[in-house]
Amino acid sequence: MNTAVDRTGREAGTPYQGPLLDVRDLHVEFVTRDGVARAVNGVNYSVRAGETLAVLGESGSGKSVTAQAVMGILDMPPARIPRGEIRFRGRDMLKMGKDERRRIRGRKIAMIFQDALSALNPVLSVGFQLGEMFRAHHGVSRAEARTKAVELMERVRIPAAKERVNDYPHQFSGGMRQRIMIAMALALEPDLIIADEPTTALDVTVQAQVMDLLAELQAEYNMGLILITHDLGVVADVADKIAVMYAGRIVETAPVHELYARPAHPYTRGLLDSIPRLDQKGQELYAIKGLPPNLLRIPPGCAFNPRCPRAQDVCRAEVPELFPVAEDDGTPLEGRRSACFFWKETLHDR
Amino acid sequence: MAENILEVKDLVKHYPLTQGVLFKKQVGAVKAVDGISFELKKGETLGIVGESGCGKSTLAKVLMNLERATSGQVLFKGEDISQLSGGALKAVRRNIQMVFQDPYTSLNPRMTVGDIIGEPFEIHPEVAPKGDRRKAVQDLLDVVGLNPEYINRYPHQFSGGQRQRIGIARGLALKPEIIICDEPVSALDVSVQAQVINLLEQLQGEFGLSYMFIAHDLSIVRHISDRVGVMYLGKMVEIGSDEQIYDNATHPYTQALLSAVPVPDPTARESRERIILSGDIPSPANPPSGCRFRTRCWKAQERCSEEIPLLAIPTTLEGPAAHESACHFPEVRESAAA
Repeated sequence: MNTAVDRTGREAGTPYQGPLLDVRDLHVEFVTRDGVARAVNGVNYSVRAGETLAVLGESGSGKSVTAQAVMGILDMPPARIPRGEIRFRGRDMLKMGKDERRRIRGRKIAMIFQDALSALNPVLSVGFQLGEMFRAHHGVSRAEARTKAVELMERVRIPAAKERVNDYPHQFSGGMRQRIMIAMALALEPDLIIADEPTTALDVTVQAQVMDLLAELQAEYNMGLILITHDLGVVADVADKIAVMYAGRIVETAPVHELYARPAHPYTRGLLDSIPRLDQKGQELYAIKGLPPNLLRIPPGCAFNPRCPRAQDVCRAEVPELFPVAEDDGTPLEGRRSACFFWKETLHDR
Repeated sequence: MAENILEVKDLVKHYPLTQGVLFKKQVGAVKAVDGISFELKKGETLGIVGESGCGKSTLAKVLMNLERATSGQVLFKGEDISQLSGGALKAVRRNIQMVFQDPYTSLNPRMTVGDIIGEPFEIHPEVAPKGDRRKAVQDLLDVVGLNPEYINRYPHQFSGGQRQRIGIARGLALKPEIIICDEPVSALDVSVQAQVINLLEQLQGEFGLSYMFIAHDLSIVRHISDRVGVMYLGKMVEIGSDEQIYDNATHPYTQALLSAVPVPDPTARESRERIILSGDIPSPANPPSGCRFRTRCWKAQERCSEEIPLLAIPTTLEGPAAHESACHFPEVRESAAA
């Protein structure tokens, strides 16, 4: 932890102690023909150096849109950010100019995409695409960029990197392509990496290789990592803390062990209960009834209320804030919050 | 339960690789399915797991006779259907239906739900005569938990989970005896997956269906399957009851596969012993000699490169460990993670 503060501190001029990234009350909307789709409705999260935050959610929960807003790669329009702050090392990136934003993107915050085959340019060799990072940001020569590309490929353990540097993306397997994506994200030694479903397209044995590599490199460089995923298994393996998203809001945050042991939101509980368990063989699986909401028509009150087994009148009338979660005797549980009026009851459900 | 409804014997599907334009010369073959034997019992669910490229989807296509087998036999109630054509094939196909992976591309966007589910009746009018079709389709919608009044809607008006229900209704239309499900829930959200799995189980009880359930999600396969087969590079490497495979795997590949699955329990993070395989699956056009897994196997010896291990019950093992496994050195791994 110390080394990162030192390193980043020197670069920023003054030592900075706060979180690397601090997203506050972020709202993102998309203007569509049928109305305004509210994809993100007031998201708060923060990541420190060396920390892994997992953002868990189903499709349409706003987890990727939040990441794209942080990265500054949303198409605006149709998207717009009516409210919110995205603070990187204390400075709101939404208030920065285009050029300044661009200097942060790639250099300080990098992103790994889900589908490496469509994220890479099919008509350029991987060596060229990796080297492009150095040429665009550091202005090095082509030859030097190529040497750097080989170094990077070796760092993510691509065998015979020297021979393969001139190969094209389609000549690599899925796992190797994802390694190249990781290499590209690492190229400029960023402080923060956002990985959007980095292993969803991969087979389990390859997924294990890639996740291991990512965790190792994260520790080596003491980077912050935001892992966006829908896979409860991957989260349990690597995350320090978790933010669960539903219909554009964070419904629960908790350190990883506590979230799995004692969820404080009915949606999280439902997700955990719908995983097939050994002792349930032959029985009906627990299923959350109904469907995720249409973002054009998010239900009033708590967005989860139509699917929630615990819903009362208050849930249909009022939007629950993110309540701090505490033990019965009032001892606050650090880092735990739940956007449910009945978090206390939910916590005791098990 | 004992009766075999489907028996597969030494099934092979090779796709030829050719060179040249005019005189297409065969220079090799992609050995997608390379000598697979198993049987499916009446009313049972057989899970097939394996990574992409192992041939599990090709296997499904060959069983459906969408692809013609290169050699081998597929016996449906004792009759070989792998070489049938024309009317005889049509008659058999009624009994084997399929549910596809992607509910977004497997439904024609220009057809109404009623037409999609009713289309099988066009091909097999004997199942539902013309006048009864609308009623039959509405019944099917009801069976899969959709509102029968949705009959005139189009696929885009439904969510992913609902579309998969439409796909299942189409699969059920002809009252088949076997349904082959190729990754039926992998495109769905976690909270919706459980709904579809429950529906499949409920339908199996109601109509006495036999399922072949192809998936890569091992926990779902374990939940739904009576027996599980593990495929690697066109071969079945291990097959047995869920307890035999999940708790007493004797093939190194199965062990690695099971250990690599992320467990949704953070307390297992440290205690879990993972086997991380090096490298990728070799090309099925040029598989390794002998045992196909040997290039990634930590137990591989000289014998593995010379002799192809047969899928058989190892004589050295007993109890639940004694089930069919294609390895020269089969043994149950100690401290196998649950």
